[in-house]
Amino acid sequence: MSTTTVAHHDEHHDHPTGIMRWLTTTNHKDIGTMYLTFSLVMFLVGGSMILGIRAELFKPGLQLMNPEFFNQLIGVHALIMIFAALMPAATGFANWMLPLQIGAPDMALPRLNNWGFWILPPSAILLTLPFTLALFGVGDGALATGWTFYPPLSVQGGIGVDFAIFAVHLLGISSVLGSINIIVTIYNMRAPGMTLMKMPMFAWGWLITAFLLIATIPVLAGAVTMLLTDRHFGTHFFDAAGGGDPIMFQHLFWFFGHPEVYILLLPVWGFIPQILQTFSRKPMYGYKAQVYSLWAIGALAVVVWAHHFFTAGMPVPALLYFMYSTMAISLPLAVLFYCWIRTMWKGSMSFETPMLFTVGWIILFGIGGLTGLVLADVAADAQYHNSYFVVAHFHYTLFAGGIMGIMAGVYYWLPKMTGHMYNEKLGKLHFWLTAISFNVTFIPQFFVGLAGMPRRIPDYALQFAEFNMISTVGAFVLGLSQLLFVYIIISCVKGGQKATDRVWEGAQGLEWTLSSPPPYHSFTEQPVVK
Amino acid sequence: MQGMKKLGVGAVGLFLSLSARADFTWNFPEPVTPMALDTLHVHNKFMLITAVIFVAVLAIMIYSIVTHRQSKGYKPVADKAPSTAVEIFWTLIPFAILLLIDFVIMGIPAYHSVVMMEDTRDQSTMVIKITGSQWRWQYEYLDGDAKGIKFVSNLATTNGQMHNEEDKGEHYLLEVDNPLVLPVGEKVRILMTASDVLHNWWVPQFGSSRVAVPGFIRETWVQVEKAGVYRGQCKELCGKGHGYMPVVVNAVSKEEFAQWANKKQDEQKAASDVKEMTKDALMVQGKVVYEKNCAVCHQVTGAGLPPAFPALTGSKIATGAIFGSDGKYQKDSHLDRVLNGKGVMPAWKATLNDTEIAAVITYERNALGNTAAVDAIVQPAQVKAARE
Repeated sequence: MSTTTVAHHDEHHDHPTGIMRWLTTTNHKDIGTMYLTFSLVMFLVGGSMILGIRAELFKPGLQLMNPEFFNQLIGVHALIMIFAALMPAATGFANWMLPLQIGAPDMALPRLNNWGFWILPPSAILLTLPFTLALFGVGDGALATGWTFYPPLSVQGGIGVDFAIFAVHLLGISSVLGSINIIVTIYNMRAPGMTLMKMPMFAWGWLITAFLLIATIPVLAGAVTMLLTDRHFGTHFFDAAGGGDPIMFQHLFWFFGHPEVYILLLPVWGFIPQILQTFSRKPMYGYKAQVYSLWAIGALAVVVWAHHFFTAGMPVPALLYFMYSTMAISLPLAVLFYCWIRTMWKGSMSFETPMLFTVGWIILFGIGGLTGLVLADVAADAQYHNSYFVVAHFHYTLFAGGIMGIMAGVYYWLPKMTGHMYNEKLGKLHFWLTAISFNVTFIPQFFVGLAGMPRRIPDYALQFAEFNMISTVGAFVLGLSQLLFVYIIISCVKGGQKATDRVWEGAQGLEWTLSSPPPYHSFTEQPVVK
Repeated sequence: MQGMKKLGVGAVGLFLSLSARADFTWNFPEPVTPMALDTLHVHNKFMLITAVIFVAVLAIMIYSIVTHRQSKGYKPVADKAPSTAVEIFWTLIPFAILLLIDFVIMGIPAYHSVVMMEDTRDQSTMVIKITGSQWRWQYEYLDGDAKGIKFVSNLATTNGQMHNEEDKGEHYLLEVDNPLVLPVGEKVRILMTASDVLHNWWVPQFGSSRVAVPGFIRETWVQVEKAGVYRGQCKELCGKGHGYMPVVVNAVSKEEFAQWANKKQDEQKAASDVKEMTKDALMVQGKVVYEKNCAVCHQVTGAGLPPAFPALTGSKIATGAIFGSDGKYQKDSHLDRVLNGKGVMPAWKATLNDTEIAAVITYERNALGNTAAVDAIVQPAQVKAARE
């Protein structure tokens, strides 16, 4: 079976065109494109919010906004980036690439897939609507509690908290639907001969992510529902005056919230080795070791949640347990790092944009991981907790480790998706601007954190002024560089040099056996894996 | 090139100015308690180990990136499958090293720090209670020389400084009207709670940080070993005033502490003596109390921040009757609201004394655009009676 015959099949299938194609589609590639587009739009929305915050923090004193509005921006920025930018980006890749990588004609449950996507735009509107309503004098704006919804503050909050609770419910439903679809697709739709241990690493990363989502999203949904009834129906789950406990919310929230970190990262850990092997022109090292490590990390992810609130008060044995179990995550993670670097070692490397992002990703995510290890120490955590040190740490894991990883994936697969090569020069420029300005933004935050600047404050003591100024300059360069990213993607979609089927010299995997772009219905004849 | 040079000089200048700042440190600020010292040691050790790991791994990566590249004609080698014995060996060795680092080199000191941090009672000679409220700290001395002393600690930075209308002082946002005073060298057990939402009492130089949970008592301790003024902030997002809730601790010698305690106890006794006051005296004191405690939500002008914080100007509560025909205060009256609070409005009966409450109510009824027709003046004695 040659790839050209597959491409020709395309013309025999009718499907709606124009706007109806996108509104009604159940095609995995169209839905994948919509997820990725949605994610990019929300990434820009969440990014502009944080630029407002960095502008306010440029110098001491209140310049642009009052503290209430500042608090709304930080909470909504985080919710958007996590639920509406990073998660849909990973789901978008899953929709686009999983069927191609495992040799399936489509996702297993196409209508569910359609629903999974169309829940997202309303929930994004729910998240941002309170801002707009406040402009017309309705309510007091979006939730001002940070993305964590900690009661009693969230019980005290205005209508924005209710909006956010419903938005989180919808986003959660969407993720669970997507997860079910991915699990069913991976278990049932693999090409003949593709055993689980022959699956592409991306499929493994997503499979474990999907299980984590199904295990933890309902806990989050339960916690925010309890919050909702505390707010409006007189229950006292989180109110000591009625026999409840505010800290119980933190346990429930982080039982979801900690695995969530890995939910954001595991899909990336799936395709990073694939990019590495492509540009090192050598098979990935330690496939089995990586698979087992992913499982180990997935399992450890659900047993370490309380390290997010060490200072909230816990018995000594509990503190010790959560400290040591958190440190244990460094073992499988070290195995992954070893395999990634060993894949590069003695390869024949070239440094196109996806590889640049991947190598930068390994280094910066390494900083995020190592600073996470020290955070596990209970005594030192008393100092780090809720300081800017933590802000810097989780941006090294979630921006460098998450978003820059996603960007590597975008550049890697963009020619496959669009059929055109992107502008390599601009891609490289985008990488260097992003990597440098990212560090300019967040390295100073490590230092102000150590020196004692708490996070989530709209104004700060004078000793932190210079570093905040540097951080703000970095953030604006980082934000504006992403407009270049948008431009590169749009011009690549519009045209450019034709991409070959294999695109990259060293690319391995079934997706590269199809034409670029792949036909509307991929794999009308099932490939066989030997 | 000229531009680059300028940029370089600018950057160097910036870093020199940073290191010249006396109050900025590149690491944890100077520790002054055993716990902070221990924390700093653990932190430095961790940082050193992780930095060594990072640099070593980065060096290997960079070597590979420089050497093993296609543009240099490097041909990829096929990774040969190792024998099982070799594979097990190379799995166990790094595993053992990591176990050693995580659970022995880092783990054992971390264990001792935790045990020390949580031991609040051994050899502690004094107990204080700290209550976090939106957005101030309340301190109460439960025993010893200072037993019975109770006061509220508010941000002392002016509104003008925050809105860039005045020059900012040296301790901008880190200054209070009533600092907590502690004797040097004594282990002080701290009981922590909150009256509304979660707060976190944090002084970086003490190495202690503990969440104040409404309805629960948490414990921590400090033993300041060097006299001085130590500054920190609330560290748990607690609403709009979160950034304006500083902690200032004045650590003094035992003798000075005893003197301070005597003086404060006398002052407190004098303040609790209920005297008949003139309207002018009430207004003067009321303005001070209002601007310190109430203006953060209801604004200096009384305009409020609707809908969460209603305007006082022209409000029914601030102009309507307080006392019924029987002379007792009515439910939902001005006095009731200030004493007991409602919704997001905190109860002030534990925070302010009779004179302060009487003064602030009188002020609110006769200033801020209000001229109350009934019950225009409230006397401390009436507040005292209302408490009973």
